Amino acid sequence: MAGAAPAPVIVRVQRDDFDVAAETARLVAGGASAGAIVSFTGLCRDEGGRLSALELEHYPGMAEAEIERICLAAVTRFSLLGIAAIHRVGRIAPGQNIVLVIAAAPHRHAAFDGASFVMDYLKTSAPFWKKEHFADGSEGGWVEAKDSDDTALEKWS
Amino acid sequence: MTRLVYFAWVRERIGKGEEDIDLPADVTTGADLLAHLKTLGDGYAHALEHENVIRIAINQEHVEHDEPIAGAREIALFPPMTGG
Repeated sequence: MAGAAPAPVIVRVQRDDFDVAAETARLVAGGASAGAIVSFTGLCRDEGGRLSALELEHYPGMAEAEIERICLAAVTRFSLLGIAAIHRVGRIAPGQNIVLVIAAAPHRHAAFDGASFVMDYLKTSAPFWKKEHFADGSEGGWVEAKDSDDTALEKWS
Repeated sequence: MTRLVYFAWVRERIGKGEEDIDLPADVTTGADLLAHLKTLGDGYAHALEHENVIRIAINQEHVEHDEPIAGAREIALFPPMTGG
């Protein structure tokens, strides 16, 4: 019996939007062993009409490398069949996509956990920063990191 | 020469995204680097005022402030991350 092919790990940082269905199809192409696919899409909120856009900055090179490290850890920990993580940068308007994580696994619990694990670590250790732009045209400053994002990691320790 | 790169409000306060600088021989850790940079001007002092919140990456990997910086090709300084 041939050994299992390594689980696909797709990591991209891009300005353009992504298509969830197309990315999901790409991730599971070439196999039918997945019984569960969980996808998470993070969007830009309008913060009650206050926000006109978020500006996403990243550390080119390290951002991709860090997300890949997180994805590989998730594949090992949850025995995923594949993982995709796509993060947009640049100016993003309310209602638009920011981030996509797709986890494929034989069963649902691993797929849910894998996607959740990647998002939790991505938020606290992938080098991205958000700056707010307000609807009145003023620059709102940099979004502050939340303690709740750090405490979210405790469930994985 | 060591390449330094800055992001988000660290970049804005220092006033540039990257630079190559010669570091004194007694700057051996990330913490030493922050202390040294703070002597280089008001922008640096403002950016690095609260040293404990500044994150350091060496050669594109996160490190603690006490990490030795000898041999680093690229050292990055940035605020806590807010992606996702």
